[in-house]
Amino acid sequence: MALQNANPVIHERKATRRQRPSIGDESAAEEIDALEVFEHLRDIRDPEHPYSLEQLNVLAEEGIEVDDKQSYVRVTFTPTVQHCSMATLIGLCIRVKLMHSLPPRFKVDIRVAPGSHSTAAAVNKQLNDKERVVAAMENPYLAQTVRDCLAPPEEYE
Amino acid sequence: MAVAMEAIQELEGHTDRVWSVAWNPVASSSNRSVLASCGGDKTVRIWEGDCSDSSSSSSSSSWSCKAVIDSFKRTVRSCHWSPDGKLLATACFDGIGAVWEDVGGDYECVATLEGHENEMKSIAWSASGTLLATCGRDKSVWIWEMEAENDFQTVSVLNGHSQDVKTVLFHPTEDILVSSSYDNSIKVWAPDPNGDDWSCVQTLAEPNQGHSSTVWSVAFDADGKRMVSCSDDLLLVVWDTSTNPLESSWKHLCTLSGYHERTIYSVHWSRRSGLIASAAGDDAIRVFAEANDPSYTSRAVFSMVGKQQKAHSTDVNCVRWHPKDDDILASAGDDGLVKLWRILS
Repeated sequence: MALQNANPVIHERKATRRQRPSIGDESAAEEIDALEVFEHLRDIRDPEHPYSLEQLNVLAEEGIEVDDKQSYVRVTFTPTVQHCSMATLIGLCIRVKLMHSLPPRFKVDIRVAPGSHSTAAAVNKQLNDKERVVAAMENPYLAQTVRDCLAPPEEYE
Repeated sequence: MAVAMEAIQELEGHTDRVWSVAWNPVASSSNRSVLASCGGDKTVRIWEGDCSDSSSSSSSSSWSCKAVIDSFKRTVRSCHWSPDGKLLATACFDGIGAVWEDVGGDYECVATLEGHENEMKSIAWSASGTLLATCGRDKSVWIWEMEAENDFQTVSVLNGHSQDVKTVLFHPTEDILVSSSYDNSIKVWAPDPNGDDWSCVQTLAEPNQGHSSTVWSVAFDADGKRMVSCSDDLLLVVWDTSTNPLESSWKHLCTLSGYHERTIYSVHWSRRSGLIASAAGDDAIRVFAEANDPSYTSRAVFSMVGKQQKAHSTDVNCVRWHPKDDDILASAGDDGLVKLWRILS
């Protein structure tokens, strides 16, 4: 199968900067923020390249909104090309990773960046239909593909 | 009028999200009830107990899991008892519908319905108990007829929806079928006047003041004169279904907006109290009552009379009123629990 994007631009994995909560402020230490969510997602491997979503600029910390008090996360990602048929698979990987990483109280919406995909509405609708997500993950081929994309970095580097 | 909801039981056993619950319409009475539940753990559980019993400790509770059907290969998405309460129909993501009979406490598969290409999402009995309808991701709706005892034949394969079909439901008194879909529409199907086949007689969608996103579920009132639908667009829509759909169109009566904050997965209309319950991805259950004039010709007005925030710790997928005791409501959640509620006026 021909690659969707044969020559993607590769970016560096940025160093993380975490401001430590001041000592004694326990509530701040427990709060989940955008950087923490980004840490869960940045190393997800792209389905067709041996690079991470961060390296391909598909996902950045700026694309993650977190409201810890409302238990709400919204992830906005940018497929490398407008017609990328991998967009739903990338979104599925993000959803599955967050299902495993975040406390169950969190509601998660996932979308492609406005204007970044030719069928954005259809992609977004599918990614946010939990019944379709469950059905996809019961498909052995899709489940294996997602597992491969979520494998720790050292397994593919 | 305002109602409060009191949690009276938490039925623990499922190890994954619970998608659906169904009360046995005949075996359930005020002092002994039978409830089926199904979900992502690929099982169906049959619960039995006394709804007047609100003892919370599991050791003294009259509620227990009487049977587990665990021969499914994939998620069991929905279950529905036949009108006589003798048979339980199940819809599984492996594409197969199944009919189960209680044989001395064990549930035996007495029929399978095979034909859908992939995930079956919903299964429903007709009022007479002679027809079953199924639907699924292959965009089709199938109608099956019981020709001899437990021998089901395909009556019709209905194509019309352009996407995944989420729910099928028969009218409570007539051989009329309703389906709701990921294509944002509700379709009404009826037998052809001069033939054995069925066809689509109406489509209720955005131009008819219908929904603008996935329609997850529908429910009729007791006599089928009205229907309510719920959607990912966060709306509940009440429809006038008092006319023959072959002759005149079913009309939008009112839209209930501004209540649920995330996808509304389930809605159910109490056949006895007339209350509507809805369940959503905002973890809440809401209860609505008709405000004043019950005449079907005048403008219907519904208002919210009760709300249970955090009914489950996660999404609520299904709500079903008890068939005989109108104070009792069952719910199913992503937290793996089935809960029973008492509605206090």
